[in-house]
Amino acid sequence: MSMSFYVSPEQLMQDKAEYARKGIARGKSIVALEYDKGIVLVAENPSRLTKIGEIYDRIAFAGVGKFSEFDQLRKIGVRFADVRGYAYSREDVRCMALANAYSQAIGDVFTREMKPLEVEVIVAEVGEPLLTGHEENVIFRVQFDGSISDHRGFCAIGGAVEGLETFLRENYRTGLPLGEAIAVGRRALVAAANGAAPIAAERLEVCTLDRERPGRKFRRVGADELRAILG
Amino acid sequence: MLFRGRYQGSSFFELVEIDHPQLRPEQPTAGVRAEASMPSVPHGTTVLAFRFAEGVVVAGDRLATEGHRVASRDLQKVFPTDAHSLIAIAGAAGPAIEMARMLRIELEHYEKIEGEALELEGKANKLSQMVRANLPAAMQGLVVVPLFAGYDLRRGIGRLWKYDVTGGRYEEAEFDASGSGGLYARESIKKVFRPGLTRDEALLMALQALADAADEDRATGGVDLARGIFPLVCFCTAAGVTEIDRVTLERVYREQVLVARTRTGAR
Repeated sequence: MSMSFYVSPEQLMQDKAEYARKGIARGKSIVALEYDKGIVLVAENPSRLTKIGEIYDRIAFAGVGKFSEFDQLRKIGVRFADVRGYAYSREDVRCMALANAYSQAIGDVFTREMKPLEVEVIVAEVGEPLLTGHEENVIFRVQFDGSISDHRGFCAIGGAVEGLETFLRENYRTGLPLGEAIAVGRRALVAAANGAAPIAAERLEVCTLDRERPGRKFRRVGADELRAILG
Repeated sequence: MLFRGRYQGSSFFELVEIDHPQLRPEQPTAGVRAEASMPSVPHGTTVLAFRFAEGVVVAGDRLATEGHRVASRDLQKVFPTDAHSLIAIAGAAGPAIEMARMLRIELEHYEKIEGEALELEGKANKLSQMVRANLPAAMQGLVVVPLFAGYDLRRGIGRLWKYDVTGGRYEEAEFDASGSGGLYARESIKKVFRPGLTRDEALLMALQALADAADEDRATGGVDLARGIFPLVCFCTAAGVTEIDRVTLERVYREQVLVARTRTGAR
């Protein structure tokens, strides 16, 4: 005969949270920074599997933790955005709705399932001067338990969030040009990992949401271009 | 709106079919003849595409007709589907424009999900499936026959395809035209086409062919100088898709097309 033991809800949630945090801390962190023409996302990623992706015209996604889980979330986001844009209009696809949907879905898994998702994601949207009420950049961070937060200037996800935030609070300023924003992002990643040597351009994954591009604002910055920018 | 659906693949067309069937364009019931039940709908008329030295040219007139009436004088029939491909539509305007919009989203969706774009051939094949899916509607008179063209980055050439209602896909090596004035446009191009046309020659040829089609086919719209309506001409090259601006179109039309066709004195 099987016996089921009583576990208090507090204990259960704590255990799940600890499990998720451990999983997330194993991977490398990502930072998103606002620069003078948009938003740039910087990740240390030596592999070919990408952590940053395009969701829609003005929206980008970045995820840390278990690849299969956050990549699945990215694809769900692309489907959500494309269906919305098809049913309504391209301008009706908004970051806020997507971030809320992520928060619901991730939170749902956290409370209902045995195993929580070991992920943390950033959803960022570059402002559009012609769209009233949406002129400003928007950056959301959604954590493994579905908690969602709104960020201005910069945002970090991953195991080294505290170190990154401390560094960026001291070193980030608004209105940086792209090159400097990428350099600050790289220095933050190095500092938070207690590393000394800067991360080589080949080991960085950098994507931008550039307000000045027509149509789709998302762009992947190649290794050659990064080398030229970072020197 | 459904957040986590059943569909797991990388096709937007299938995603809508499976997870969002309410958004799917309504297919008419098979077996009902068009004449009996189908109300008249706007039809797009002449579109053409041909290769030139740098890639491919796609152009179309702007008129939509509903029976003998004008439905629209400035309809867009040439649509960029991504950075290096275009679709030009002829036939029932509603489903045709919907197909162009769907193809654009389909290609972008695939690129975002998979992390890289389809090959040009893959894009042409995808459109073939969409035309085939429209067959029940075509049987009732809502025929859509697009042209698809683009720049093949891997081979470094411009390529174009024509379609039939069953989704049949035929690659053309030089040129093709579709729609009610397509025959005249094709004949016009045939007389002057040669491989390796320059940009200027290609633009002039496109305008001449559309002027010929508008001359012979009442449903094809010519240049409307009074309203300032010009055909849509797009170049697709290694650098991407560019639409020819109105000022250039007007200059070439006035200086090279109109002058040659103007007779003075009464008959």
